Amino acid sequence: MATIHIDGRAYEAKAGENLLEAILSQHLDLPYFCWHPSMGSIGACRQCAIITYADEEDTRGRIGMACMTSVSDGMRISVEAPLAKDFRSSVIEWLMENHPHDCPVCEEGGECHLQDMTVMTGHSMRRYTGTKRTWENQYLGPFIGHEMNRCITCYRCVRFYDEYAGGTDLAAFGSRGRMYFGRFEDGTLESEFAGNLVEVCPTGVFTDKPFAQSYTRKWDLQSAPSICVGCAVGCNVFPAERYGDLKRITNRYHGELNGYFLCDRGRFGSHFVNHEKRIKHAGVRTQRGDYEFGDVSNAIKVAGATLGDGAIGIGSPRASFENNFALRELVGAENFCTGMNDNELEVIKVALEVINQQGIVVPSLKQVEEAGAILILGEDVANTAARTALSVRQAVRTKSFEMATDAHIPTWQDAGVRGHAQSEKSELFIATPAATRLDDIATEVASGSVSELIALGCSVCTKLRSSTVGSDDFAGRVADALRTAKAPLIITGSSLQSIQLVQVAANICCALHEHDQTSSFLFVPPEVNSVGVALLEGGMSLSTAMQRLAEGQAAVVLENDLYFRASADSVDRALSPENFVLLDTLENRTAERASVVFPAATYAEQTGTFVNYETRAQRFYQVFEPQDEIAPAWSWLSHLAKTLGTGSTWNSYASVLEQCAEHTYSLLRDIAPSSDYRIDTTSRIPRQSHRYSGRTAMNAQVNIHEPKAKVDTDTPFSYSMEGQNPGDQNGAAIPYVWSPGWNSNQSVFKFQQEVAGKLAGGDPGLRLIENIGAHLQYFDVDTPELSRRDGSFEVIPLHLVFGSDEMSNQSWPIRARIPAPFVLLSQQDATILEVKPGMGLRVDGITESLEVQVDSRLPSGVIGLPQGLVEIPQRAIDRAHLSVDPEFVARSNASPEVIAKG
Amino acid sequence: MLSQIKTLWTVFVHLFKRNETVQYPEEMPYQAPRYRGRIILTRDPDGEERCVACNLCAVACPVDCIALQKTEKEEDGRWYPEFFRINFSRCIMCGMCEEACPTYAIQLTPDFELCEFNRNNMVYEKEHLLIDGTGKYPDYSFWHVAGKTIDGKDKGEAQNENKPEDVRSLLP
Repeated sequence: MATIHIDGRAYEAKAGENLLEAILSQHLDLPYFCWHPSMGSIGACRQCAIITYADEEDTRGRIGMACMTSVSDGMRISVEAPLAKDFRSSVIEWLMENHPHDCPVCEEGGECHLQDMTVMTGHSMRRYTGTKRTWENQYLGPFIGHEMNRCITCYRCVRFYDEYAGGTDLAAFGSRGRMYFGRFEDGTLESEFAGNLVEVCPTGVFTDKPFAQSYTRKWDLQSAPSICVGCAVGCNVFPAERYGDLKRITNRYHGELNGYFLCDRGRFGSHFVNHEKRIKHAGVRTQRGDYEFGDVSNAIKVAGATLGDGAIGIGSPRASFENNFALRELVGAENFCTGMNDNELEVIKVALEVINQQGIVVPSLKQVEEAGAILILGEDVANTAARTALSVRQAVRTKSFEMATDAHIPTWQDAGVRGHAQSEKSELFIATPAATRLDDIATEVASGSVSELIALGCSVCTKLRSSTVGSDDFAGRVADALRTAKAPLIITGSSLQSIQLVQVAANICCALHEHDQTSSFLFVPPEVNSVGVALLEGGMSLSTAMQRLAEGQAAVVLENDLYFRASADSVDRALSPENFVLLDTLENRTAERASVVFPAATYAEQTGTFVNYETRAQRFYQVFEPQDEIAPAWSWLSHLAKTLGTGSTWNSYASVLEQCAEHTYSLLRDIAPSSDYRIDTTSRIPRQSHRYSGRTAMNAQVNIHEPKAKVDTDTPFSYSMEGQNPGDQNGAAIPYVWSPGWNSNQSVFKFQQEVAGKLAGGDPGLRLIENIGAHLQYFDVDTPELSRRDGSFEVIPLHLVFGSDEMSNQSWPIRARIPAPFVLLSQQDATILEVKPGMGLRVDGITESLEVQVDSRLPSGVIGLPQGLVEIPQRAIDRAHLSVDPEFVARSNASPEVIAKG
Repeated sequence: MLSQIKTLWTVFVHLFKRNETVQYPEEMPYQAPRYRGRIILTRDPDGEERCVACNLCAVACPVDCIALQKTEKEEDGRWYPEFFRINFSRCIMCGMCEEACPTYAIQLTPDFELCEFNRNNMVYEKEHLLIDGTGKYPDYSFWHVAGKTIDGKDKGEAQNENKPEDVRSLLP
């Protein structure tokens, strides 16, 4: 620690960090642009000028940039000195010379870092009378709008997109005053992290396009802390609502997980909440096959009659922990089904067994970023848990930070660190069937069919245990790297649905422990609450449940489209309109067959808990009240329990949670504040900003008498602007970030203990399993025989960041990015079959011909079929025969209908 | 005593002064254009809606009686309010919305006659608010100052703008 004197007052700071960080960590105000807590300093914008004094006698001092100055003990600086203030004000004035007169029609207006900094420096009158520079905009795809005129050349966009996220198609072009940030030519930004440009850009050059369609100012949005439902990472998000529609998703800082960034599936994948196919009323299926709405009590009665005694309950990995628990209470543990298919459930159970083992650490994403060497075994994380891939990209930089420290370059000195390291990276080995989007940073990649990957993993394990150093095959090099690295990490997942693969990965961790290496183990589960459902005791697999359904038992299906999980034939056999009741959010194929349908609330319309890959249970709170008859699933299940006379009934979320915590994990009570949590013992936390407008007009066309704001008995939040959001409350109870003078998302530093550190009230969520297990134990892995080569092809499921997730597939911006159905072929097989990319192949078992895509790494004899696309049935086939379809016409790559206007 | 005589005198003198009473409503008193009465939405000199749905009036409104939603017509790139609602039963005619408006769209007029028997009729939608003219500011057109492109005004064609930069130029 060091003591620094800022304007005559002494503060504690960390020696070696930069002054800007130190000043902001004290929650003092200092304008800045190019610095970003995750990306370090480059000193490009000259905005954070301060005066540094040589000693106590020095009254004149000299001007310097806070972000480029190291903190040293006893240093004296001034933020408020007139010279520094004038300097900062002049810099803003220069930046504003060419800034267009756009604020009223700019999507950033009201949460613009440039606006905030302009006000903060005091620049208010325009003296420049010359003309303004202009640029043409580009079409950047369905997610991101481009308005180049607003650029202030801070370079944050390219530093994030290229250097931090590894994108290749955004760059700085031009020279001197012509600097241009965009693509080489119009086209969709390819990186799955492009959406972060919206938050990274300090002004309105890159904007959230889907949000802009039906734009609302930040101050008019109602929001609450929530969890992204896109994958199992459990990134913290702010969903925001206005006029009953979910308008957008923004990042909610979590020091251990998502930090400052989200992936695009998370950011743009939630518009399913406003989908026109939302089920809004309880409906009873009539003889004609359509649904009769309007009588809820009748629907409950019919549902009760359908179910009778001993019905089974099919839960869902996308429903909250509490809703699954409520279902289990209704039907009993012996009749409860997790809603996952056999393989998936088994794989997760094995992973949980591993997590239970002593000494095997499950890393948070922050810990992933500190890993010294990584082996990715069988999981394409850029597609299945994209935010993890972004952390892996940072992990390969650990070596450059070590090199910088050795060369006495501060680690925040971004250009220096990168320049010194050149292309040196920490070791990353990727063993997956096909190419991944992390291959560009990998030390070495290996490909293989599932059985080959298992064999490879076994070989790594053997090499580690035999302690032979310096072998020259892939497995040997992996073993050497893991053995010597600091904090090695093994990443695997469920996407290949192979139990052995997870066991092998765990064995490697065990072998590393024999070398006294504290390795960590990251298992990527398939869905947001897969781990949560698997942790509920009891719980058969989906095929067992469907078997019992086919035998004539009735079922309650909770938020689960069975056609998305099992082959259509088997679901058709199991489900008949007489034998099941559905609680779900969207009309889907399962809903078309249900005898009664109840409208369930989405995650934005209810309060609940999701359990992420590290078994971290995190609370999400209701953002807005659902429309019509939509209600949380547990309340429908409570009605059913009353009708059936079994199970429990609840009248509030608190009562469900209480019973759930009692029967499962008592920690669930402590993961987030309960409904009686108050700020200063009196105030609730407002969901709306203090500037929320239109209160007396938004419903006036319906009723001139303003309704009383709903009193929220389930959460500590209010449905109004009343209350306080001070920033130091429990970290799980931050509904939005705002601080006086800081309207943009940059205000988050006022909510942190120190810049990029923990939230002031602690990072949200608690792990349900924290190394409680028994002892280190190797799995006996039965290595499967290598695949036969009988002219058929082994099918490998491919997961797509846009296209393989049930709910985000229904979000309209994501739909624009879902590819046409394709089959992934190895180079060798493509040559044998005489096909080229863009030609068509018939795959038996699939009606539609698929477009050929050739993968550089896929081994021959293996094809990849994308999961989650409507045209390709779910997991119907393990092996397939291929034949060329000469009449195939490739679906035109939907060219943008409307080129973005300026 | 003296005071009462003075009072009587004053009243007497007023018998010969000009009558100040106006026969309202048959006869309308003069209203200064800057009077703060019924709110209107105006149009650009070229006849298009001035309101760009920036929400500044709504946030400036101390009684929160303005609600609107932005939409966009893709063919011309302009921002519009999809709906624009003022609840006049709440409005206090303070004129903050007019002050906040960056496009001169929302203006207060001298019309103060806002009486209704039914409070519901005090809710004005865009169709009730939007007039055909420019109101008090005949010349201003926000879109010709702003940098965003709209139909008929490309990049570099707004006031005080250079032609778009040629990014591929290598000239110093």
